[in-house]
Amino acid sequence: MDFLHTDIEKLHEQLVNKEITSVDLVKETLANIEQTDAKYDAFLATMSEKALAEAAAIDEAGIDPDNVLSGIPYGIKDNLITKDVTTTAASKILQDFKPIYDATVVSRLREQGAVGVGKLNMDEFAMGSTTETSYYKQTKNAWDQTKVPGGSSGGSAVSVAAGQVPFALGTDTGGSIRQPAAFNGIVGMKPTYGRVSRWGVIAFASSLDQVGVFTRRVKDNATVLAAMAGHDDNDQTSSDQAVPDFAAHLDGDIAGLKIAVPTEYFAAGVDEGVKATVRAGIDKLRELGATVDEVSLPHTKYGVAAYYILASAEASSNLQRFDGIRYSTRPENVKSLEDLYVQTRTQGFGDEVKRRIMLGTYSLSAGSYDAFFKKAAQVRTLMNDDFQKVFADYDLIAAPTAPNVAYDFGANQDDPEVTYMNDVLTIPVNMAGLPGMSVPAGFVDGLPVGMQLIANRYQEETIYRAAYAYEQATRLFEKVPGGKD
Amino acid sequence: MANEQITREEVEHVASLAKLALTDAEADMFTDHLGKIFDIVTTLAEVDTENVKPTYSVTEMQTVLRDDVAVNAQQSEALLNNAPEHQGTLIKVPAILNGGAEG
Repeated sequence: MDFLHTDIEKLHEQLVNKEITSVDLVKETLANIEQTDAKYDAFLATMSEKALAEAAAIDEAGIDPDNVLSGIPYGIKDNLITKDVTTTAASKILQDFKPIYDATVVSRLREQGAVGVGKLNMDEFAMGSTTETSYYKQTKNAWDQTKVPGGSSGGSAVSVAAGQVPFALGTDTGGSIRQPAAFNGIVGMKPTYGRVSRWGVIAFASSLDQVGVFTRRVKDNATVLAAMAGHDDNDQTSSDQAVPDFAAHLDGDIAGLKIAVPTEYFAAGVDEGVKATVRAGIDKLRELGATVDEVSLPHTKYGVAAYYILASAEASSNLQRFDGIRYSTRPENVKSLEDLYVQTRTQGFGDEVKRRIMLGTYSLSAGSYDAFFKKAAQVRTLMNDDFQKVFADYDLIAAPTAPNVAYDFGANQDDPEVTYMNDVLTIPVNMAGLPGMSVPAGFVDGLPVGMQLIANRYQEETIYRAAYAYEQATRLFEKVPGGKD
Repeated sequence: MANEQITREEVEHVASLAKLALTDAEADMFTDHLGKIFDIVTTLAEVDTENVKPTYSVTEMQTVLRDDVAVNAQQSEALLNNAPEHQGTLIKVPAILNGGAEG
Protein backbone atom coordinates (compact mmCIF):
# COMPACT_ATOMS: atom_id res chain seq x y z
CA MET A 1 0.00 0.00 0.00
CA ASP A 2 1.03 3.60 -0.47
CA PHE A 3 0.39 6.59 1.79
CA LEU A 4 -0.55 9.20 -0.80
CA HIS A 5 -4.15 9.63 0.29
CA THR A 6 -4.05 9.10 4.04
CA ASP A 7 -2.55 10.60 7.16
CA ILE A 8 -1.23 9.30 10.47
CA GLU A 9 -4.52 9.82 12.30
CA LYS A 10 -6.43 7.72 9.77
CA LEU A 11 -3.81 4.99 9.90
CA HIS A 12 -4.00 5.06 13.68
CA GLU A 13 -7.79 4.64 13.55
CA GLN A 14 -7.42 1.63 11.26
CA LEU A 15 -4.87 0.11 13.63
CA VAL A 16 -6.99 0.75 16.73
CA ASN A 17 -10.10 -0.65 15.01
CA LYS A 18 -8.09 -3.72 13.99
CA GLU A 19 -8.81 -3.15 10.31
CA ILE A 20 -5.11 -3.80 9.85
CA THR A 21 -2.35 -5.05 12.13
CA SER A 22 0.98 -3.31 12.52
CA VAL A 23 2.69 -6.37 10.99
CA ASP A 24 0.48 -6.20 7.90
CA LEU A 25 0.99 -2.46 7.63
CA VAL A 26 4.76 -2.92 7.76
CA LYS A 27 4.61 -5.85 5.30
CA GLU A 28 2.57 -3.82 2.82
CA THR A 29 4.88 -0.84 3.24
CA LEU A 30 7.92 -2.99 2.50
CA ALA A 31 6.20 -4.64 -0.48
CA ASN A 32 5.35 -1.23 -1.94
CA ILE A 33 8.91 0.02 -1.45
CA GLU A 34 10.16 -3.14 -3.18
CA GLN A 35 7.78 -2.46 -6.07
CA THR A 36 8.29 1.29 -6.50
CA ASP A 37 11.86 1.99 -5.51
CA ALA A 38 13.38 0.95 -8.84
CA LYS A 39 11.69 4.13 -10.10
CA TYR A 40 12.83 6.46 -7.30
CA ASP A 41 15.93 4.94 -5.70
CA ALA A 42 15.02 6.63 -2.43
CA PHE A 43 16.12 3.78 -0.15
CA LEU A 44 19.66 2.57 0.47
CA ALA A 45 18.37 -0.41 2.43
CA THR A 46 15.23 -1.71 4.08
CA MET A 47 15.37 -3.16 7.57
CA SER A 48 12.55 -5.68 7.18
CA GLU A 49 13.56 -8.22 9.82
CA LYS A 50 13.90 -5.65 12.57
CA ALA A 51 10.77 -3.76 11.45
CA LEU A 52 8.63 -6.90 11.37
CA ALA A 53 9.87 -7.96 14.81
CA GLU A 54 9.04 -4.54 16.26
CA ALA A 55 5.62 -4.53 14.59
CA ALA A 56 4.89 -8.03 15.93
CA ALA A 57 5.76 -6.87 19.44
CA ILE A 58 3.40 -3.91 19.08
CA ASP A 59 0.55 -6.13 17.84
CA GLU A 60 1.24 -8.51 20.72
CA ALA A 61 1.04 -5.71 23.30
CA GLY A 62 -1.91 -4.10 21.48
CA ILE A 63 -1.97 -0.76 19.65
CA ASP A 64 -1.91 2.08 22.17
CA PRO A 65 -5.14 4.02 21.50
CA ASP A 66 -3.67 7.15 23.12
CA ASN A 67 -0.55 7.09 21.02
CA VAL A 68 -1.03 8.02 17.41
CA LEU A 69 2.43 6.76 16.34
CA SER A 70 1.89 3.24 17.70
CA GLY A 71 2.61 0.81 14.87
CA ILE A 72 3.25 3.50 12.21
CA PRO A 73 6.10 2.79 9.75
CA TYR A 74 8.62 5.47 8.76
CA GLY A 75 11.92 6.06 6.96
CA ILE A 76 15.27 7.19 8.36
CA LYS A 77 17.94 9.30 6.64
CA ASP A 78 21.14 7.29 6.55
CA ASN A 79 23.17 9.72 8.66
CA LEU A 80 21.03 8.80 11.69
CA ILE A 81 22.58 5.77 13.28
CA THR A 82 20.55 2.61 13.80
CA LYS A 83 21.68 -0.22 16.06
CA ASP A 84 22.93 -3.26 14.11
CA VAL A 85 21.71 -1.74 10.82
CA THR A 86 24.39 -0.59 8.39
CA THR A 87 24.61 3.21 8.44
CA THR A 88 26.71 4.82 5.72
CA ALA A 89 25.80 8.52 5.47
CA ALA A 90 25.92 7.59 1.74
CA SER A 91 29.73 7.45 1.95
CA LYS A 92 31.98 4.66 0.76
CA ILE A 93 34.08 5.15 3.88
CA LEU A 94 31.23 3.82 6.06
CA GLN A 95 30.03 1.01 3.79
CA ASP A 96 30.46 -1.62 6.51
CA PHE A 97 29.61 0.47 9.57
CA LYS A 98 27.14 -1.19 11.95
CA PRO A 99 26.35 1.17 14.85
CA ILE A 100 26.05 -0.30 18.32
CA TYR A 101 23.32 2.07 19.49
CA ASP A 102 20.41 4.09 18.10
CA ALA A 103 20.26 7.84 17.55
CA THR A 104 18.07 9.46 20.23
CA VAL A 105 15.44 10.41 17.64
CA VAL A 106 15.19 6.77 16.57
CA SER A 107 14.97 5.40 20.11
CA ARG A 108 12.38 8.03 21.10
CA LEU A 109 10.18 7.23 18.11
CA ARG A 110 10.51 3.52 18.88
CA GLU A 111 9.35 4.18 22.46
CA GLN A 112 6.26 5.76 20.90
CA GLY A 113 5.76 2.66 18.75
CA ALA A 114 6.89 4.03 15.39
CA VAL A 115 8.60 1.38 13.25
CA GLY A 116 11.65 2.28 11.16
CA VAL A 117 11.45 0.39 7.85
CA GLY A 118 14.56 1.55 6.02
CA LYS A 119 17.52 3.87 5.50
CA LEU A 120 17.21 6.69 2.99
CA ASN A 121 19.64 7.99 0.41
CA MET A 122 21.30 11.38 0.82
CA ASP A 123 24.26 13.44 -0.32
CA GLU A 124 27.48 12.00 1.11
CA PHE A 125 27.74 13.19 4.73
CA ALA A 126 24.82 15.53 3.90
CA MET A 127 27.07 17.68 1.69
CA GLY A 128 25.07 18.68 -1.34
CA SER A 129 21.70 19.96 -2.54
CA THR A 130 20.77 17.28 -5.10
CA THR A 131 21.56 13.88 -3.48
CA GLU A 132 23.92 13.36 -6.44
CA THR A 133 26.99 13.12 -4.18
CA SER A 134 25.76 9.81 -2.72
CA TYR A 135 28.36 7.08 -3.32
CA TYR A 136 25.57 4.53 -3.83
CA LYS A 137 22.73 5.71 -6.05
CA GLN A 138 20.93 8.59 -7.67
CA THR A 139 17.52 9.32 -6.13
CA LYS A 140 14.93 10.69 -8.57
CA ASN A 141 12.40 13.44 -7.99
CA ALA A 142 8.96 12.09 -7.10
CA TRP A 143 7.24 14.26 -9.74
CA ASP A 144 9.64 13.86 -12.64
CA GLN A 145 12.31 11.20 -12.60
CA THR A 146 14.55 13.19 -14.94
CA LYS A 147 14.94 15.88 -12.23
CA VAL A 148 17.00 15.97 -9.04
CA PRO A 149 15.15 15.33 -5.77
CA GLY A 150 16.98 18.13 -4.00
CA GLY A 151 19.19 17.41 -1.04
CA SER A 152 20.83 16.51 1.04
CA SER A 153 17.80 14.61 2.42
CA GLY A 154 16.65 13.66 -1.09
CA GLY A 155 15.74 10.06 -0.24
CA SER A 156 13.65 11.16 2.75
CA ALA A 157 11.70 13.73 0.73
CA VAL A 158 11.02 11.40 -2.20
CA SER A 159 9.97 8.47 0.03
CA VAL A 160 7.25 10.65 1.58
CA ALA A 161 6.24 12.45 -1.63
CA ALA A 162 5.92 9.13 -3.48
CA GLY A 163 3.83 7.67 -0.66
CA GLN A 164 6.33 4.97 0.32
CA VAL A 165 6.19 5.94 4.01
CA PRO A 166 3.84 8.18 6.05
CA PHE A 167 6.79 10.15 7.38
CA ALA A 168 10.58 10.28 7.24
CA LEU A 169 13.38 11.85 9.21
CA GLY A 170 16.00 14.09 7.66
CA THR A 171 18.68 16.51 8.79
CA ASP A 172 19.08 20.16 7.81
CA THR A 173 22.44 21.95 8.03
CA GLY A 174 21.92 24.58 5.30
CA GLY A 175 18.52 23.66 3.87
CA SER A 176 18.73 19.88 3.53
CA ILE A 177 15.16 19.31 4.74
CA ARG A 178 13.38 22.40 3.40
CA GLN A 179 14.80 22.42 -0.13
CA PRO A 180 14.06 18.74 -0.98
CA ALA A 181 10.62 19.16 0.65
CA ALA A 182 10.03 22.10 -1.71
CA PHE A 183 11.33 20.15 -4.74
CA ASN A 184 8.96 17.25 -3.97
CA GLY A 185 5.85 19.18 -2.90
CA ILE A 186 5.68 18.10 0.74
CA VAL A 187 6.03 19.55 4.25
CA GLY A 188 9.58 19.67 5.63
CA MET A 189 10.35 21.07 9.09
CA LYS A 190 13.76 22.07 10.40
CA PRO A 191 13.23 22.78 14.13
CA THR A 192 15.06 25.33 16.28
CA TYR A 193 18.72 24.45 16.86
CA GLY A 194 18.66 22.63 20.20
CA ARG A 195 15.05 21.47 19.93
CA VAL A 196 15.98 17.94 18.89
CA SER A 197 18.89 15.84 20.14
CA ARG A 198 21.81 15.34 17.76
CA TRP A 199 22.99 12.25 19.64
CA GLY A 200 23.57 9.60 17.00
CA VAL A 201 23.54 12.02 14.07
CA ILE A 202 26.70 11.58 12.01
CA ALA A 203 28.05 15.09 12.42
CA PHE A 204 28.56 17.43 9.45
CA ALA A 205 28.58 20.92 11.01
CA SER A 206 27.72 20.64 14.68
CA SER A 207 26.65 24.26 15.24
CA LEU A 208 24.17 24.06 12.32
CA ASP A 209 22.94 20.43 12.09
CA GLN A 210 19.40 19.70 13.23
CA VAL A 211 17.10 16.69 12.77
CA GLY A 212 13.62 17.29 11.35
CA VAL A 213 10.57 15.72 9.77
CA PHE A 214 9.09 15.16 6.29
CA THR A 215 5.34 14.55 5.93
CA ARG A 216 2.61 15.13 3.39
CA ARG A 217 0.45 16.91 5.97
CA VAL A 218 1.19 19.66 8.49
CA LYS A 219 -0.50 18.04 11.48
CA ASP A 220 1.41 14.77 11.00
CA ASN A 221 4.60 16.78 10.99
CA ALA A 222 3.70 18.48 14.27
CA THR A 223 2.87 15.12 15.85
CA VAL A 224 6.17 13.51 14.92
CA LEU A 225 8.29 16.50 15.97
CA ALA A 226 6.60 16.64 19.38
CA ALA A 227 7.32 12.91 19.85
CA MET A 228 11.06 13.25 19.35
CA ALA A 229 11.88 16.77 20.60
CA GLY A 230 13.17 17.76 24.02
CA HIS A 231 16.27 17.64 26.17
CA ASP A 232 18.63 14.69 25.96
CA ASP A 233 21.40 14.17 28.50
CA ASN A 234 23.58 12.85 25.68
CA ASP A 235 23.50 16.15 23.75
CA GLN A 236 24.68 19.19 25.67
CA THR A 237 23.25 21.51 23.04
CA SER A 238 19.75 20.04 23.31
CA SER A 239 17.49 22.51 25.05
CA ASP A 240 15.56 21.95 28.27
CA GLN A 241 12.76 24.24 27.02
CA ALA A 242 9.37 22.58 27.41
CA VAL A 243 8.08 20.94 24.22
CA PRO A 244 4.53 22.09 23.44
CA ASP A 245 2.04 19.70 21.85
CA PHE A 246 2.61 21.22 18.42
CA ALA A 247 -0.48 19.51 16.95
CA ALA A 248 -2.86 20.67 19.68
CA HIS A 249 -3.82 24.14 18.53
CA LEU A 250 -4.10 23.76 14.79
CA ASP A 251 -7.46 25.39 14.21
CA GLY A 252 -6.90 27.31 10.98
CA ASP A 253 -7.19 30.68 12.72
CA ILE A 254 -4.33 33.06 11.96
CA ALA A 255 -6.23 36.35 12.37
CA GLY A 256 -3.83 39.08 13.46
CA LEU A 257 -0.67 37.07 12.74
CA LYS A 258 2.08 39.52 11.76
CA ILE A 259 4.02 38.31 8.75
CA ALA A 260 7.22 39.87 7.41
CA VAL A 261 8.33 39.37 3.81
CA PRO A 262 12.05 40.02 3.28
CA THR A 263 12.78 41.90 0.05
CA GLU A 264 16.13 40.10 -0.34
CA TYR A 265 14.37 36.72 -0.70
CA PHE A 266 12.73 37.95 -3.91
CA ALA A 267 15.96 39.29 -5.40
CA ALA A 268 17.46 38.64 -8.81
CA GLY A 269 18.31 34.98 -9.25
CA VAL A 270 14.97 33.80 -7.91
CA ASP A 271 12.84 32.31 -10.69
CA GLU A 272 9.90 34.53 -11.71
CA GLY A 273 7.46 31.63 -11.54
CA VAL A 274 8.64 30.76 -8.02
CA LYS A 275 8.29 34.41 -6.97
CA ALA A 276 4.74 34.65 -8.36
CA THR A 277 3.69 31.35 -6.72
CA VAL A 278 5.03 32.35 -3.31
CA ARG A 279 3.57 35.89 -3.62
CA ALA A 280 0.19 34.25 -4.23
CA GLY A 281 0.77 32.08 -1.17
CA ILE A 282 1.48 35.14 0.94
CA ASP A 283 -1.70 36.79 -0.42
CA LYS A 284 -3.60 33.73 0.75
CA LEU A 285 -2.16 34.14 4.26
CA ARG A 286 -3.34 37.75 4.18
CA GLU A 287 -6.83 36.65 3.11
CA LEU A 288 -6.83 34.30 6.09
CA GLY A 289 -6.37 37.26 8.42
CA ALA A 290 -2.61 37.82 8.68
CA THR A 291 -1.05 41.23 8.19
CA VAL A 292 1.86 41.39 5.77
CA ASP A 293 4.71 43.92 5.50
CA GLU A 294 7.92 44.05 3.51
CA VAL A 295 11.09 44.04 5.61
CA SER A 296 14.83 43.85 4.99
CA LEU A 297 17.38 41.21 6.04
CA PRO A 298 20.36 43.12 4.66
CA HIS A 299 23.08 40.50 5.20
CA THR A 300 21.22 37.73 3.35
CA LYS A 301 23.55 37.84 0.34
CA TYR A 302 26.59 37.09 2.52
CA GLY A 303 24.98 33.98 4.05
CA VAL A 304 26.29 31.54 1.47
CA ALA A 305 29.88 32.76 1.86
CA ALA A 306 29.80 32.73 5.66
CA TYR A 307 28.03 29.37 5.73
CA TYR A 308 30.46 27.59 3.42
CA ILE A 309 33.37 28.72 5.55
CA LEU A 310 31.83 27.81 8.91
CA ALA A 311 30.16 24.57 7.81
CA SER A 312 33.27 23.38 5.98
CA ALA A 313 35.52 24.29 8.91
CA GLU A 314 33.33 22.29 11.28
CA ALA A 315 33.15 19.44 8.77
CA SER A 316 36.93 19.30 8.36
CA SER A 317 37.17 18.87 12.12
CA ASN A 318 34.26 16.39 12.47
CA LEU A 319 35.48 14.22 9.62
CA GLN A 320 38.95 13.80 11.12
CA ARG A 321 37.56 10.74 12.91
CA PHE A 322 37.42 8.83 9.62
CA ASP A 323 40.99 7.63 9.69
CA GLY A 324 40.65 3.91 8.92
CA ILE A 325 41.30 2.73 12.45
CA ARG A 326 37.99 2.21 14.21
CA TYR A 327 35.71 1.77 11.19
CA SER A 328 35.75 1.40 7.40
CA THR A 329 37.45 -1.09 5.14
CA ARG A 330 41.23 -0.99 5.46
CA PRO A 331 43.07 -0.37 2.18
CA GLU A 332 45.54 -3.04 1.09
CA ASN A 333 49.32 -2.63 1.06
CA VAL A 334 49.41 0.08 3.69
CA LYS A 335 52.98 0.98 4.55
CA SER A 336 52.61 3.02 7.72
CA LEU A 337 50.05 4.63 10.00
CA GLU A 338 50.30 7.89 8.02
CA ASP A 339 49.78 5.95 4.81
CA LEU A 340 46.72 4.27 6.36
CA TYR A 341 45.15 7.66 7.12
CA VAL A 342 45.85 9.03 3.66
CA GLN A 343 44.77 5.96 1.69
CA THR A 344 41.61 5.40 3.74
CA ARG A 345 40.46 9.01 3.33
CA THR A 346 41.56 9.38 -0.29
CA GLN A 347 39.72 6.19 -1.32
CA GLY A 348 36.78 6.61 1.05
CA PHE A 349 35.62 10.20 0.51
CA GLY A 350 34.00 11.58 -2.65
CA ASP A 351 35.01 14.81 -4.38
CA GLU A 352 32.42 17.07 -2.72
CA VAL A 353 33.47 15.91 0.75
CA LYS A 354 37.14 16.41 -0.12
CA ARG A 355 36.39 19.89 -1.46
CA ARG A 356 34.72 20.90 1.78
CA ILE A 357 37.36 19.33 3.98
CA MET A 358 40.00 21.30 2.07
CA LEU A 359 38.05 24.57 2.22
CA GLY A 360 37.51 24.04 5.95
CA THR A 361 41.12 23.13 6.60
CA TYR A 362 42.23 26.23 4.70
CA SER A 363 39.81 28.47 6.65
CA LEU A 364 41.12 27.22 9.96
CA SER A 365 44.80 27.36 9.08
CA ALA A 366 47.16 29.97 10.49
CA GLY A 367 47.15 33.02 8.23
CA SER A 368 43.57 32.46 7.04
CA TYR A 369 41.78 32.09 10.35
CA ASP A 370 40.95 35.78 10.93
CA ALA A 371 40.06 36.60 7.34
CA PHE A 372 37.96 33.47 6.86
CA PHE A 373 36.74 31.63 9.96
CA LYS A 374 36.46 34.55 12.36
CA LYS A 375 35.13 36.89 9.68
CA ALA A 376 32.41 34.38 8.77
CA ALA A 377 31.46 34.01 12.45
CA GLN A 378 31.15 37.80 12.72
CA VAL A 379 28.91 37.91 9.65
CA ARG A 380 26.84 35.20 11.35
CA THR A 381 26.29 37.61 14.26
CA LEU A 382 25.07 40.29 11.84
CA MET A 383 22.67 37.80 10.24
CA ASN A 384 21.28 36.88 13.67
CA ASP A 385 20.84 40.57 14.45
CA ASP A 386 18.94 41.07 11.18
CA PHE A 387 16.46 38.37 12.21
CA GLN A 388 16.09 39.61 15.77
CA LYS A 389 15.22 43.10 14.53
CA VAL A 390 12.44 41.63 12.40
CA PHE A 391 11.14 39.34 15.15
CA ALA A 392 10.87 42.30 17.52
CA ASP A 393 7.84 43.35 15.43
CA TYR A 394 6.69 40.21 13.59
CA ASP A 395 5.61 36.64 14.36
CA LEU A 396 6.64 34.97 11.14
CA ILE A 397 8.71 35.43 8.00
CA ALA A 398 7.35 34.13 4.67
CA ALA A 399 9.51 33.67 1.57
CA PRO A 400 10.41 31.19 -1.16
CA THR A 401 12.25 28.06 0.06
CA ALA A 402 14.51 27.75 -3.01
CA PRO A 403 15.28 30.08 -5.92
CA ASN A 404 14.02 27.52 -8.45
CA VAL A 405 12.14 24.26 -8.95
CA ALA A 406 13.87 20.89 -9.38
CA TYR A 407 16.37 20.85 -12.26
CA ASP A 408 18.13 18.28 -14.44
CA PHE A 409 20.75 15.87 -13.12
CA GLY A 410 24.33 17.00 -13.61
CA ALA A 411 23.26 20.60 -14.25
CA ASN A 412 25.90 22.20 -12.03
CA GLN A 413 28.53 19.50 -12.00
CA ASP A 414 31.53 21.68 -12.82
CA ASP A 415 30.33 24.75 -11.01
CA PRO A 416 30.09 24.10 -7.29
CA GLU A 417 29.47 27.79 -6.72
CA VAL A 418 26.21 27.64 -8.72
CA THR A 419 24.95 24.78 -6.56
CA TYR A 420 26.09 26.58 -3.42
CA MET A 421 24.19 29.75 -4.40
CA ASN A 422 21.01 27.66 -4.59
CA ASP A 423 21.09 27.50 -0.80
CA VAL A 424 20.96 31.29 -0.36
CA LEU A 425 17.36 31.28 0.94
CA THR A 426 17.69 28.37 3.38
CA ILE A 427 21.13 28.98 4.92
CA PRO A 428 20.25 32.06 7.03
CA VAL A 429 17.82 30.01 9.16
CA ASN A 430 20.59 27.59 10.14
CA MET A 431 23.05 30.41 10.79
CA ALA A 432 20.59 31.93 13.29
CA GLY A 433 19.41 28.57 14.72
CA LEU A 434 15.78 29.35 13.84
CA PRO A 435 12.95 26.95 13.01
CA GLY A 436 11.96 26.92 9.34
CA MET A 437 9.50 24.95 7.26
CA SER A 438 8.82 24.45 3.59
CA VAL A 439 5.12 24.04 2.85
CA PRO A 440 3.74 23.27 -0.64
CA ALA A 441 2.67 26.48 -2.41
CA GLY A 442 1.92 25.39 -5.98
CA PHE A 443 3.64 24.39 -9.22
CA VAL A 444 5.79 25.87 -11.97
CA ASP A 445 5.97 23.79 -15.18
CA GLY A 446 4.46 20.85 -13.30
CA LEU A 447 7.13 20.91 -10.60
CA PRO A 448 6.40 21.79 -6.96
CA VAL A 449 7.23 25.14 -5.35
CA GLY A 450 7.73 25.53 -1.60
CA MET A 451 6.92 28.49 0.61
CA GLN A 452 9.28 28.91 3.53
CA LEU A 453 7.91 29.93 6.93
CA ILE A 454 10.44 31.07 9.53
CA ALA A 455 9.82 31.91 13.20
CA ASN A 456 11.91 33.02 16.14
CA ARG A 457 13.73 30.42 18.25
CA TYR A 458 11.42 27.85 19.89
CA GLN A 459 8.36 29.27 18.10
CA GLU A 460 7.65 26.18 15.97
CA GLU A 461 4.01 26.43 17.06
CA THR A 462 3.60 29.67 15.13
CA ILE A 463 4.90 28.00 11.98
CA TYR A 464 2.64 24.97 12.40
CA ARG A 465 -0.44 27.15 12.99
CA ALA A 466 0.18 29.24 9.88
CA ALA A 467 1.14 26.25 7.73
CA TYR A 468 -1.95 24.34 8.84
CA ALA A 469 -4.27 27.25 8.04
CA TYR A 470 -2.59 27.61 4.65
CA GLU A 471 -2.74 23.87 3.91
CA GLN A 472 -6.43 23.68 4.78
CA ALA A 473 -7.20 26.69 2.60
CA THR A 474 -5.24 25.44 -0.42
CA ARG A 475 -5.52 21.64 -0.05
CA LEU A 476 -2.48 21.21 -2.29
CA PHE A 477 -1.84 17.80 -0.67
CA GLU A 478 -4.68 16.44 -2.80
CA LYS A 479 -2.44 16.68 -5.86
CA VAL A 480 -0.08 13.71 -5.90
CA PRO A 481 2.81 12.68 -8.16
CA GLY A 482 1.64 10.83 -11.25
CA GLY A 483 -1.98 11.67 -10.43
CA LYS A 484 -4.44 13.84 -12.30
CA ASP A 485 -5.21 17.46 -11.37
CA MET B 1 41.32 39.02 1.46
CA ALA B 2 39.83 40.80 -1.55
CA ASN B 3 41.12 39.43 -4.87
CA GLU B 4 42.79 36.61 -3.01
CA GLN B 5 43.19 33.47 -5.07
CA ILE B 6 44.10 29.97 -4.02
CA THR B 7 47.12 28.48 -5.77
CA ARG B 8 47.77 24.89 -6.77
CA GLU B 9 50.56 24.74 -4.17
CA GLU B 10 48.14 25.86 -1.44
CA VAL B 11 45.60 23.25 -2.51
CA GLU B 12 48.27 20.55 -2.33
CA HIS B 13 49.40 21.80 1.08
CA VAL B 14 45.85 21.85 2.46
CA ALA B 15 45.23 18.36 1.06
CA SER B 16 48.28 17.06 2.88
CA LEU B 17 47.13 18.69 6.14
CA ALA B 18 43.77 16.97 5.67
CA LYS B 19 45.46 13.61 4.95
CA LEU B 20 44.25 13.46 1.36
CA ALA B 21 46.35 12.45 -1.64
CA LEU B 22 45.59 14.19 -4.93
CA THR B 23 46.50 13.10 -8.45
CA ASP B 24 47.72 15.85 -10.79
CA ALA B 25 44.34 16.00 -12.47
CA GLU B 26 42.59 16.24 -9.09
CA ALA B 27 44.92 19.00 -7.94
CA ASP B 28 43.99 20.97 -11.07
CA MET B 29 40.28 20.31 -10.60
CA PHE B 30 40.23 21.27 -6.92
CA THR B 31 42.29 24.39 -7.59
CA ASP B 32 39.68 25.41 -10.17
CA HIS B 33 36.72 24.54 -7.89
CA LEU B 34 38.17 26.12 -4.77
CA GLY B 35 39.06 29.20 -6.83
CA LYS B 36 35.40 29.54 -7.82
CA ILE B 37 34.30 29.07 -4.22
CA PHE B 38 36.83 31.70 -3.17
CA ASP B 39 35.10 34.12 -5.53
CA ILE B 40 32.06 33.75 -3.28
CA VAL B 41 33.69 33.64 0.14
CA THR B 42 35.96 36.62 -0.45
CA THR B 43 32.86 38.84 -0.78
CA LEU B 44 32.80 38.80 3.04
CA ALA B 45 35.59 41.39 2.92
CA GLU B 46 32.91 43.94 1.93
CA VAL B 47 31.14 43.56 5.28
CA ASP B 48 32.13 45.93 8.07
CA THR B 49 32.68 43.67 11.08
CA GLU B 50 34.58 46.16 13.22
CA ASN B 51 33.72 45.43 16.88
CA VAL B 52 31.29 42.65 15.92
CA LYS B 53 31.53 39.60 18.18
CA PRO B 54 31.86 36.28 16.35
CA THR B 55 29.07 33.70 16.76
CA TYR B 56 30.35 30.15 16.92
CA SER B 57 27.21 28.65 18.42
CA VAL B 58 23.63 29.90 18.62
CA THR B 59 22.70 28.00 21.74
CA GLU B 60 22.25 30.14 24.82
CA MET B 61 23.30 27.30 27.07
CA GLN B 62 26.40 27.25 29.19
CA THR B 63 28.68 24.31 29.88
CA VAL B 64 26.58 21.43 31.14
CA LEU B 65 27.99 19.16 33.83
CA ARG B 66 26.87 15.66 34.72
CA ASP B 67 28.14 12.86 36.91
CA ASP B 68 30.74 10.72 35.25
CA VAL B 69 28.86 7.42 35.28
CA ALA B 70 29.55 4.59 32.89
CA VAL B 71 26.51 3.45 30.91
CA ASN B 72 26.28 0.68 28.30
CA ALA B 73 29.81 -0.23 29.31
CA GLN B 74 29.95 -3.88 28.23
CA GLN B 75 30.11 -3.29 24.51
CA SER B 76 33.78 -3.57 23.64
CA GLU B 77 33.21 -6.65 21.49
CA ALA B 78 30.48 -4.97 19.46
CA LEU B 79 32.66 -1.87 19.11
CA LEU B 80 35.63 -3.89 17.90
CA ASN B 81 33.50 -5.51 15.21
CA ASN B 82 33.54 -2.22 13.32
CA ALA B 83 37.32 -2.02 13.41
CA PRO B 84 39.03 -3.45 10.32
CA GLU B 85 41.59 -5.39 12.39
CA HIS B 86 41.72 -6.24 16.05
CA GLN B 87 43.52 -8.58 18.39
CA GLY B 88 41.91 -9.41 21.72
CA THR B 89 40.41 -6.17 22.98
CA LEU B 90 42.83 -3.98 21.05
CA ILE B 91 42.58 -2.38 17.60
CA LYS B 92 45.55 -3.21 15.39
CA VAL B 93 47.24 -0.43 13.44
CA PRO B 94 50.20 -0.48 11.05
CA ALA B 95 53.66 0.40 12.35
CA ILE B 96 53.88 4.04 13.37
CA LEU B 97 57.61 4.38 12.96
CA ASN B 98 57.92 2.82 9.50
CA GLY B 99 60.83 0.59 10.46
CA GLY B 100 62.56 3.45 12.22
CA ALA B 101 63.03 5.43 9.02
CA GLU B 102 60.84 8.29 10.24
CA GLY B 103 60.63 10.11 13.45
